[in-house]
Amino acid sequence: MNDEPAVDLGGIFRREVGRCTATLIRVLGDVDLAEDSVAEAFAVAAERWPVVGVPPNPGGWITTTARNKALDRLRRESSRHSRHAAADRLQQVRMNDDHDPELQDLDDLVDVVADDQLRLMFLCCHPALSPDAQVALTLRLLGGMETPEIARSFLVAEDTMAQRIVRAKRKLRDNHASYRIPRHAELPDRLRPVLAAIYLIFNEGHTSTSGDDLSRVDLSSEAIRLGRVLVDLMPDEPEAAGLLALMLLTDARRPARTAADGSMIRLSDQDRTRWDRDKIEEGSALLRACLRRNQPGPMQIQAAIAAVHAGAADDTTTNWQQIVTLYDGLLAHQPTPVVALNRAVAVSRAHGLEAGLAAVEALSDALADYQSFHAVRADLLAQLGSRREAIAAYDEALARTRNPTERQFLQERRSVLR
Amino acid sequence: MAQYLLSVWHDEEYVVDFSGEDMQRLGAQVGAFNEELTAAGAWVFGGGLQPASSATVLRGDNGSVSMTDGPYAETKEQMGGFWVIEANDFDAALEWTRKATLACEGPVELRPFQSE
Repeated sequence: MNDEPAVDLGGIFRREVGRCTATLIRVLGDVDLAEDSVAEAFAVAAERWPVVGVPPNPGGWITTTARNKALDRLRRESSRHSRHAAADRLQQVRMNDDHDPELQDLDDLVDVVADDQLRLMFLCCHPALSPDAQVALTLRLLGGMETPEIARSFLVAEDTMAQRIVRAKRKLRDNHASYRIPRHAELPDRLRPVLAAIYLIFNEGHTSTSGDDLSRVDLSSEAIRLGRVLVDLMPDEPEAAGLLALMLLTDARRPARTAADGSMIRLSDQDRTRWDRDKIEEGSALLRACLRRNQPGPMQIQAAIAAVHAGAADDTTTNWQQIVTLYDGLLAHQPTPVVALNRAVAVSRAHGLEAGLAAVEALSDALADYQSFHAVRADLLAQLGSRREAIAAYDEALARTRNPTERQFLQERRSVLR
Repeated sequence: MAQYLLSVWHDEEYVVDFSGEDMQRLGAQVGAFNEELTAAGAWVFGGGLQPASSATVLRGDNGSVSMTDGPYAETKEQMGGFWVIEANDFDAALEWTRKATLACEGPVELRPFQSE
């Protein structure tokens, strides 16, 4: 028994859940029913796969099993009038409800996955939802993230986030929102919240707020994949290309972000020969092409910042003044405290530690609950020789991280000061 | 097809004066919008309301009914009129609402009716 390879159900879940849910919503015409039946299908998989092995097309297996679970449920609840339409729709999917999903050719069901995910992206990011609700719904339905994870990445309480997601789904359902890709004329307005959502998924994958690995490769890769689909759909939209460039240039650092023992390495200490040159080249080429359109936006500016880092041989030869200038431009588009915090770090390099610390401390009210604020402040205080204050700031940062790798990093920084 | 309520919101006391220049313009715009709704088969019902001070609230409790003068919600903003429309989906309803707010030059709230 111990010779059996362990089934990486978590990995399969993260890879497949968004695609399965997106397809099931199209097939069922009901978001909640799709989510529930996909969860049921994964529960069946958790029981069966360790015994019989993972099927060759796990996503197809999940999709078909979920669809059959939904059909069972609709039959049980057939007295409920509102679900008759969904049941009728299901019958049109050419499949026998009693077939064995593992033996069936599943290609035609999972073929249209990219389109389904794009439909779901535009549904989740519907402009009649608040931006917070848009991003939360995207992470829940397309990223397959649990509500507590989403709550942490938004810096809000879990029950607030749960309510936000329930209300958003309910609003779309009550208003009879269609599952479609917007017409060409609507696309620019519908795109902005989609870009924001994809970038947040990428960041959640890049630095997970919980879990054992610093990087959640699947979410980052998924965000990059969605970014590519968007660039294909909207080749004339420089911000879509800017987002993809930003994600590629950031993701290129992944091999250098963690040491052999799994601990985190800061940008300034990373071995840049380990950066992924292919991703840097692809991201830089995309960025050059979209900057030529001369329609700057927040995604392109952030990509330009990442490109400045990618073009520097090391931390000390980085053009920090250029980075401060780019952050000034970004603040004009996005006047948020987190952007201001990143700008403050660049200020500390371009204009000295005191100037950087002053810029950081100006944000103490807005970012009191933000882990990075306390970590950045602690680092600057330590470099300035304010040992006691730095230790207190590391304690504040440690109280706000759930990522073991990040925690270890902070603890090491703190212990050096003792 | 689904039904939606498009409600128009005003300050509490507005003057219904059809001879004024603004009302002339609004009346023409809303009339054109109503015609467009009707031509598209989206029109169910609609109309403007007299000011909220003309309202009366009745409250039934255990078989007895009390009556008070004035609108139910004592807020500055009151509903000044509404449409009930039929639309294919949310986006179609939003498109009608976009036209409605431009026609009546005031905020319009879109709400879906409960499904049967």
